[in-house]
Amino acid sequence: MRVGQVLSHRAFQPTLVGALFLFAMFVMPSVLDATWIFNFTQMAIYAIVAASVGMLYGRVGLVSLGQVAPYGIGAWVTIRLAYLTDVPYPGVFPLLLIAGGLVAAIFGLLIGLPALRVSGLYLALVTLLLAVGIEIALNRIKLPTGGPGFRGVAFAIGDREPMPRPFVADGDVAFFRYAVIVAFVMFMIAVAFLASKPGRAWASVSQSEPSALASGINITRYKLLAFGLAAFMAGVAGGLYGAHVQSNSSIAQFDRQAALFLIAVVLMGGITSLWGAVLAAFFATIMLPFLTQNVIGHNFWNDFALTIFGIGLMINLIQTTKAMEKKGLLE
Amino acid sequence: MIEITDLSVQFGGVRSLDQVTLTFPGGTCGLIGPNGAGKTTLFNVMSGFVTPVSGRVVIDDIDLLDMPDYARARWGVRRTFQTVQAIESLTVYENVLTVHEHAAKGSRSDTQDAVDDVLAFVGLTDVRDKVVRTLSQRDRRFIEVARAIVGAPRIVLFDEPAAGLPEEETEHLAEIIRSVPERTGATAILVDHDMSLVQACCEWTAVLDFGRLVAAGPTADVLHDERVLAAYVGDEEA
Repeated sequence: MRVGQVLSHRAFQPTLVGALFLFAMFVMPSVLDATWIFNFTQMAIYAIVAASVGMLYGRVGLVSLGQVAPYGIGAWVTIRLAYLTDVPYPGVFPLLLIAGGLVAAIFGLLIGLPALRVSGLYLALVTLLLAVGIEIALNRIKLPTGGPGFRGVAFAIGDREPMPRPFVADGDVAFFRYAVIVAFVMFMIAVAFLASKPGRAWASVSQSEPSALASGINITRYKLLAFGLAAFMAGVAGGLYGAHVQSNSSIAQFDRQAALFLIAVVLMGGITSLWGAVLAAFFATIMLPFLTQNVIGHNFWNDFALTIFGIGLMINLIQTTKAMEKKGLLE
Repeated sequence: MIEITDLSVQFGGVRSLDQVTLTFPGGTCGLIGPNGAGKTTLFNVMSGFVTPVSGRVVIDDIDLLDMPDYARARWGVRRTFQTVQAIESLTVYENVLTVHEHAAKGSRSDTQDAVDDVLAFVGLTDVRDKVVRTLSQRDRRFIEVARAIVGAPRIVLFDEPAAGLPEEETEHLAEIIRSVPERTGATAILVDHDMSLVQACCEWTAVLDFGRLVAAGPTADVLHDERVLAAYVGDEEA
């Protein structure tokens, strides 16, 4: 996997990516207030999760409704480790993110196992059920909030401690930049895979499994790799989420409604390009708060914003179906 | 030489291949028969997509049926499909590279040389870096062929490769198929309904009908065999 090969690949548009990165790093912090810095930090984190879903569905053809599960597992592991370790020590926080990502990746492989037997709607149902399982588990054990014991839950609100952030990014603006950098790195990892041997294998599996087999591709291995990588990305995002909200983490981020909302916005954003993940994160974390908080008649938006998202999703699916019929991909 | 012994495939109540015993002698061989004769089923058995109820497919003392499906391409079983399966989202180069990096071994430079060499051989150098979804059906057909013959295949199965091609392109395709054994050392098996293509490419041909072997031998003899004519145009007594 060579750097030149990645940078020259059509999935990576250096000018646009560079401009967006510099805009996020230097322009946004100087023009946005604290509330919107908070929302855009959440957008950077959500974009990683959305990219993991989009990669699985758009590049490998695997419909997973369970990506909130590794997101939640990564959050729990990283938060737990952050309270246990001396995070401000340089270099520790990235290791915690990687640890959260790796544990999530192991669970991702477990989620991926049914994918070897089922596909399409059945896979969607199986992965949704696994997400529900993780939701139930997180409901029972809660996210750590600086309390004692293995679970680390502080039951009295006054006993809660904010989750430590990396020493270079303790403030909200610095942490926003940190989240943007991590999101950038995660996207680059995704592009690196897509631009190399696994990406080509995934494209082959996605288009036709018989053809992939006839090319000597070990379909089992590459499907599991896709689930593992996607779960790793979601797990890293989970760790960032913990440090983002500190002691205010909520498992509502990882429940079944969040799972369905995630796939809805990812489909609306588009699954054929990683840019779709950025758009999906924008819909979910910027547009929705903007409609419900800033637009006149916010009660209306509060009530109907999700309905409008649903309509948008239906239009998107109808258009996609028509496009697929036109290409002869559907009968 | 490919020795097929007592091969039977059952789909529910339908027997697609019925105790077929047949030896492909090498070179470029034809496999013909009316629709539903079992030609593609035989290819699917060799590729690992279909598990037979009985039989053996032996090449160089190795029974193909003992190998995992994905390992067969790595061992050297390659094929094209009736419906073109070139990967839409990848470039022509990447399409062929995908097969070479999974089904053949070699260093990075060897791989690049092998892919470029086969693209030049089939006449796709001009569109090397184009994404497949932007290309014509003709180009896609030749991408399929390039994917099947890159590296060092031992058997190349061509499943109706000329479908949808104009006559002048079919002649170009015939030249490629004819030269596969000499170029790669592989045995090529061609399934097609275009008898002129089969005649142009194959010295030896087998005929299937309703899953049974009807005739096998030199192509010129087989095409004039009464049993073969009956299989295609129907038996007068029937």
